[in-house]
Amino acid sequence: MTVRAMSGGSTRRSFERSTVLVRREDLDPLQSEVTEELTHRAFPEQGRFAVRLALEEAVVNAFRHGNRNQPGKTVTVRLVIDDQEAVFEIEDQGEGFDPACVPDPTLEENIEIPSGRGIMLIKAYMSDVRYLPPGNIIRMVYRRPSPA
Amino acid sequence: MAKSASRLRVTVDESITRVEFVDRNILDEANIQQIGEELMKLVEAGSRPKILISFSGVEHLSSAALGTLIHVHKRLEQRNGQLRLSEINAQIFEVFKITKLNKLFQVFDSTEKALKSFS
Repeated sequence: MTVRAMSGGSTRRSFERSTVLVRREDLDPLQSEVTEELTHRAFPEQGRFAVRLALEEAVVNAFRHGNRNQPGKTVTVRLVIDDQEAVFEIEDQGEGFDPACVPDPTLEENIEIPSGRGIMLIKAYMSDVRYLPPGNIIRMVYRRPSPA
Repeated sequence: MAKSASRLRVTVDESITRVEFVDRNILDEANIQQIGEELMKLVEAGSRPKILISFSGVEHLSSAALGTLIHVHKRLEQRNGQLRLSEINAQIFEVFKITKLNKLFQVFDSTEKALKSFS
């Protein structure tokens, strides 16, 4: 189910979506829409790259770790994009988790562990990242860089 | 069910196996799993395999793809093989730097340099 809504913004209307994903593959059309919207609003290439990567990682984590890949459990993506920032909330149907419990994958003893890098990449690329209680919603924001 | 088409372009040049990706975006889990299986077959083929993976044309890559590369690296080490990565674009190389995997892998800016680095 996809719901489209438009609301007022300071310079131009924001772009909003609330989409329920049944499978990871359902993200692909939404990714295309987001990229198109960011391009339309002249977000820099590095910003489009960052958003695509972070959205991918967050949704994959939601299905895999949040929903534990259980059939029937969905992931909801809510997003608002305006001329200054892109805000995403990704909600799974799991019990939530404490991100502080995820081991640092860059430590020498963990560098060869194949998993655990998604959250790190999200934090590196997005301007603001937080988990909403009970930990099954990640809210992440990409802000357009200030002009040099 | 029909087997899906290969996600890799593979050429063997003397003792070195050169690999390129068919896809520009290495994000989809099913694709990444297939890529991992295909790479592992190359790793298991022959003795002391030398594998060069070129990222030419790759625009996006997820942490799941990094995990697959780590698997390949570890298995190659067990088999006394060698792995080189080349032609990683600046944005994707940043992903390697953030995760510090640029220190785990031997990365070269050109295929030529990577080929010369094999011992």
